[in-house]
Amino acid sequence: MNLNAGFSRLEFRDPERARALRDKLAGLVNEIDDGVTIMHVCGSHEQSIAKFGLRSMLPERLNVIMGPGCPVCVTDLPEIDEAVLLAQNGATVATFGDMFAVPGSIKSLAEAKAQGADVRVVYSPQEALRLALETDKEVVFFASGFETTAVATAAAILSKPAGNFSVLSAHKYIPPVMEIIAEMPETRVQGFLAAGHAATITGWKLFERFVERHRIPVVVGGFEPLDILVALVKLTELVCDGNLSVFNAYPRCCTENGNLNAQKLLWEVFQSEGGTWRGIAHVPNGNLRLRGKYSFLDAHERFDMDLTSLLEESAPRLTQDCICGNIMAGIKTPSDCPLFGNECKPQNPVGACMVSSEGACKIWHEYGGHVIFGDEPGSIPESKQADCFTKPGC
Amino acid sequence: MKQQTAILHEKATLLRQKQVLLGHGSGGKLMHELIEKVFAAHLLPPDMEMLNDSSVFCVGESRLAITTDSYVVDPLFFPGGDIGKLAVNGTINDLAVSGARPLFMAAAFILEEGFAMDDLCRITLSMREACDQAGISIVTGDTKVVNRGKCDKVFINTTGIGIVDNAVKISSELAKPGDLVLINGDIAAHGMAILSAREELEFESSIVSDTAALDLLVKDMLSVSNEIHCMRDLTRGGLSSALNEIASCSKVGIRIFEDRIPIQDQVRGWCDVLGFDPLHVANEGKLIAIVMRDHAEAVLSNMKSNAQGRQSAIIGEVISEHPGRVIMKTNVGGHRIVDMLSGEQLPRIC
Repeated sequence: MNLNAGFSRLEFRDPERARALRDKLAGLVNEIDDGVTIMHVCGSHEQSIAKFGLRSMLPERLNVIMGPGCPVCVTDLPEIDEAVLLAQNGATVATFGDMFAVPGSIKSLAEAKAQGADVRVVYSPQEALRLALETDKEVVFFASGFETTAVATAAAILSKPAGNFSVLSAHKYIPPVMEIIAEMPETRVQGFLAAGHAATITGWKLFERFVERHRIPVVVGGFEPLDILVALVKLTELVCDGNLSVFNAYPRCCTENGNLNAQKLLWEVFQSEGGTWRGIAHVPNGNLRLRGKYSFLDAHERFDMDLTSLLEESAPRLTQDCICGNIMAGIKTPSDCPLFGNECKPQNPVGACMVSSEGACKIWHEYGGHVIFGDEPGSIPESKQADCFTKPGC
Repeated sequence: MKQQTAILHEKATLLRQKQVLLGHGSGGKLMHELIEKVFAAHLLPPDMEMLNDSSVFCVGESRLAITTDSYVVDPLFFPGGDIGKLAVNGTINDLAVSGARPLFMAAAFILEEGFAMDDLCRITLSMREACDQAGISIVTGDTKVVNRGKCDKVFINTTGIGIVDNAVKISSELAKPGDLVLINGDIAAHGMAILSAREELEFESSIVSDTAALDLLVKDMLSVSNEIHCMRDLTRGGLSSALNEIASCSKVGIRIFEDRIPIQDQVRGWCDVLGFDPLHVANEGKLIAIVMRDHAEAVLSNMKSNAQGRQSAIIGEVISEHPGRVIMKTNVGGHRIVDMLSGEQLPRIC
């Protein structure tokens, strides 16, 4: 058996290099009088930051905030309502696990399922395609995610799906919302940490125009703890030096022009259009919608969705008190919200940010967010079995 | 006034879910809420403790332990075991971690019309083997058959009775600052083995469930130390649920060290790929013990000499700070909270 204690052998989780980067970051931030505020726009970045406890290693005056980086969280209420309505009216709705429990205006897909609707959690659009082959019922893939995930949906659309398959797209496109955040008067952001996987598709060059227009540097970063620490060091350096440029700190995946095949698939199937991002704003070109030539696979075209029938069911809940929007805009943090940890908990979520594993509130609730426990050395006996773990067959 | 508001708030929280959700069976927060606010509130005698794996009670001079568990795992057969083996070992382990020596077991079967008799025989044989290994007998049972579609193939309930030595005092509220946290091996194999056996996920691995009876391991541990304060077997909800329950019952903090927690490379890898925290993933042959610091080395070396404890390790300590919380020093050197699983991670894993 190949056993390994903890994560010690992984190159991008190396504790010594992590400590070196932490010290370097502390030195850099020390040179800046007012501290530095950096925004990342990706739930997976927040997951890694929280899960590996990186905030507890960062200098106090380096403020790393999460922007609108959770595609599920920015899905607008009516979009979820449409999926609920379809499920309640007899369609099989397939969706990713993150979307399953997000409250709509009246209920979540999980609640619709408990009431008898056919809702399936799938791990890929291909799984939804297979579902459609196994049944005569209408199968609607309620698709969410940024341009990374949208490529997989595009591939499904182009695979000549069964006649009972359609897509309800809640896909979002991240570059336009970065512009919105950069232009918000409340914005304190001095540097953007861009999501490595999205940039792997789009290429890092895409951000050059953004840097030029908004005079904020961008660093593309990966998701392992060392990836993030390296990206933060680089971004802090750019901020210190007033160097307005794009830096690719994820060269093992991301290239200058990205994955051209994936881009071709994406724009063959989707076009961008304006739409409301929950809690944030109307984002011009922020939504990805199926092009006209694929309208026969577009659930919007195939079904008549009258949301008023759903809204008559009961009064909306506490959602109007939720500050998810301000959290996603980086103006507030989860602990600023009076509902956080009180009325709003992962098992009883009010806002989407408390549901999705990429939502800031869920992540902070699970891993502690800004709560810092200090760096006291551990006082458990030295491990005597360390050798054993590295010997296969032991 | 404040208390009243709190009660009203609790009711509101409970009422917010009009139906039972799958997450209510996850072993995490939703399930604890359901047990506390519905089952325990109405069914548990006020003088009984909740949240231990078994209940220990006195009959004459003897202390007996009783536990019950239902098994609905899907698929019925998975790498490393099947529902029958799980049903026997799971109940043995619930007794064992209360310090009880398992004696007798009852088994009830709910069968779906049309279920293959061959499969049923295979499961029954596997139960027999597991019983023989642990030296326990199934002495009574019950059989029900329901219409096709009214249950999924077979559900099994087992109830176990064991006897607890008078000197043994193990309970979730007995952890003390300074105690050390021991585990008997690598985590998260069962949950990932079940997942790999599910058709829809299409991932191939050689991960095998860790399902095993832990009664002999516990017996050995108890023979070297009378200062084992708490013990829990790690099932649904994984290591995080067990640690959080102890932290909360004992009103202490627990700090664990990521680099000390044994995990197989492929288990960790698949958890990463699928977005699971291995601390939340189910186990079926693992336990943690909270042991007085001075006794920990002796207990550890004893555990390592047992077949079910070769990879045992000290993974953390009980602290007086942060009562009710579990925190972890991550391998890269940061600190974070280890919370209980809050929704459903994977339904029907045991």
